[in-house]
Amino acid sequence: MSGLFEFVISNLLTVSFAVAVIGAATPLLLAATGELIVERSGVLNLGVEGMMLAGALAGFAASQELSYAVGIPAAALAGALLALIFAFFTQTLLTNQVATGLALTIFGIGITKLIGEPYTGTPLEPMAPLFSEGPQQIPVIGPIVFGHDPFVYLSVIGILGTWYFLFRTRAGLILRAVGEDHNSAHALGCHVVGIRYAAILVGGAFAGLGGAYMSMVKTPQWNEGMTAGSGWIALALIVFATWRPMRLWLGAYLFGALLVLQLRIQGTGVSVGVTYFLTMVPYLATILVLVIMSWDKVALRRHAPASIGKIFKPAS
Amino acid sequence: MMKGLKAVLSIAAAAAALTAVGSASAQDDPFRVAYIYVGPISDHGWSYQHDQGRLAVEAHFGDQVETQYVENVAEGPDAARVLRQLASSGVDMIFATSFGFGDSVIEMAEQFPDVYFEHATGYQRADNVSTYSGRFYEGRTILGNIAGQLTETNQIGYIASFPIPEVVRGINAFAIELRRVNPNAEVDVVWLNTWYNPSLEAEAATALIDQGADLIVQHTDSPAALQVAEERGVYAFGQSSDMIAFAPDAQLTAIVDDWSQYYIDRVQAAMDGTWESMDTWDDIDAGMVFMADYTNMPDTVAQDAEALEHAIVAGQRHPFQGPIYAQDGSEIVAEGQVLDDTSLLTMDYFVEGVTGSMPN
Repeated sequence: MSGLFEFVISNLLTVSFAVAVIGAATPLLLAATGELIVERSGVLNLGVEGMMLAGALAGFAASQELSYAVGIPAAALAGALLALIFAFFTQTLLTNQVATGLALTIFGIGITKLIGEPYTGTPLEPMAPLFSEGPQQIPVIGPIVFGHDPFVYLSVIGILGTWYFLFRTRAGLILRAVGEDHNSAHALGCHVVGIRYAAILVGGAFAGLGGAYMSMVKTPQWNEGMTAGSGWIALALIVFATWRPMRLWLGAYLFGALLVLQLRIQGTGVSVGVTYFLTMVPYLATILVLVIMSWDKVALRRHAPASIGKIFKPAS
Repeated sequence: MMKGLKAVLSIAAAAAALTAVGSASAQDDPFRVAYIYVGPISDHGWSYQHDQGRLAVEAHFGDQVETQYVENVAEGPDAARVLRQLASSGVDMIFATSFGFGDSVIEMAEQFPDVYFEHATGYQRADNVSTYSGRFYEGRTILGNIAGQLTETNQIGYIASFPIPEVVRGINAFAIELRRVNPNAEVDVVWLNTWYNPSLEAEAATALIDQGADLIVQHTDSPAALQVAEERGVYAFGQSSDMIAFAPDAQLTAIVDDWSQYYIDRVQAAMDGTWESMDTWDDIDAGMVFMADYTNMPDTVAQDAEALEHAIVAGQRHPFQGPIYAQDGSEIVAEGQVLDDTSLLTMDYFVEGVTGSMPN
């Protein structure tokens, strides 16, 4: 047991652990924040992985050709562009959202591979932290608070802004109303389709940023399929967080911490079985949340947007 | 034309490729060779090197041979489906380039007895199935020598993919030479259970460096770990191909696979009708494995590495020559003895100097 205690002290209660967790969680947090807004408006977009890849490629390409300052908006734009396709199909042509979302992921994987071909195998200088050396020198707080690249701050501003928007503004209330019952919202005069279009585009932009964090910061390289399933973890994260922004924030860091933890435990030579279990925990936890939610019908109704995934067709 | 088709899913690409090449005229039919890769050819590692071999075949034979490939083929039932599609489309010879394709290769080889199958890093053979691999562990021995001289923290981080003999053998070859040069050094192994996941590979490198490793070795396919090493100011080794572009100050050398000659020889044999089922396990001497330039290290270390490389080529040094001790200190190979190939091919234990356990 003293070994465990020692491991916690020397590995988990360290600045480098906190920094690693933030690094692992940021792409998930960005992508999940966007998808949260989309799902809160009553739309299920399973194309997160595809939009992340679009952002990863656009961010990398624009950074290499021009600059990081262009790379970040380019990533958001690329994600939004892919989302626009989804919005057009599901909101205007009223296609099935699950099928369209899956198609968007497959499309995203393919198109980025095709366009990204010339960029594979070319390195990119890593992005510098946003703050200067000074604040970073502060013990503990310096590296954890001031040591990051712009994406990390964007992800925090994004989730706090999303919380404020959803629960403290009128526009956010309308978006949630659309997500709960689009027919009632429509009867009250809300422009359901327009609101959903906007939500899907914002969601795509966030997913694009999440992907770009991987290709511009974490591993400054472009490679096809490099997000390696992060988009799906982001989708699970929303269910885990029961569509609540603050729980989502916490959940992203928890998922990130489990990932980093299993790698660090391995480095100390503990039985590998333990680490396999830890890799499963995020998914087990998500399933557990689903089970609990379906048990308690009231809780289900309170958390999941009631109109999610349903096609809106005004009776006119 | 072919380039434009290799997008979207591997299966879709396979189907597309088949229709694209299915129209060759009956009279001067070229010999058709197909490759299946576990990752993308853009990984700049394992699959990339196999594809370089394929291109060498094309360049060597010109119009006589027509090649095609399917990348990102998942190990397991997917591989069988892709193999069946290729074989039933009239392909004459198939190179399956990952360990996990083995069962599918054997299954399909029974159904298509007229197709020549070649399985990289495999151990199961049949009348129309050969296996081939490189003795990459020779390169690992050289890495161990360099690492033992350069480490200051005496802690080496090793990013491993799957617990198969190929990977375990590499870890052990590395650790044996590391300990011979530096008896205090230790190897920390982290298993990722994937060949290719840049983000996870970077995460693992970060964790190992945070825990005190000042040198990173990898047996995964992307250059992500090297990039982390570069940023953190520690050393690392490239894997499968020269990755110096990603880590100009961190890469010490790289074990590079060169399949070109083997592929040309085997295609030639199949065309001549002299092809036989066999197992090839070629080494640095045969040119299937070579070391990238020794960089970022003192001259004396580079000279030692080169001398060791020569000794291995000349047969004066064997990476697994005794005495070799197991993790618990018991002797596995006595002084003067050398492990035979069968023991190397079934290796499922760690030697002394490796911390960490083996997944079952």
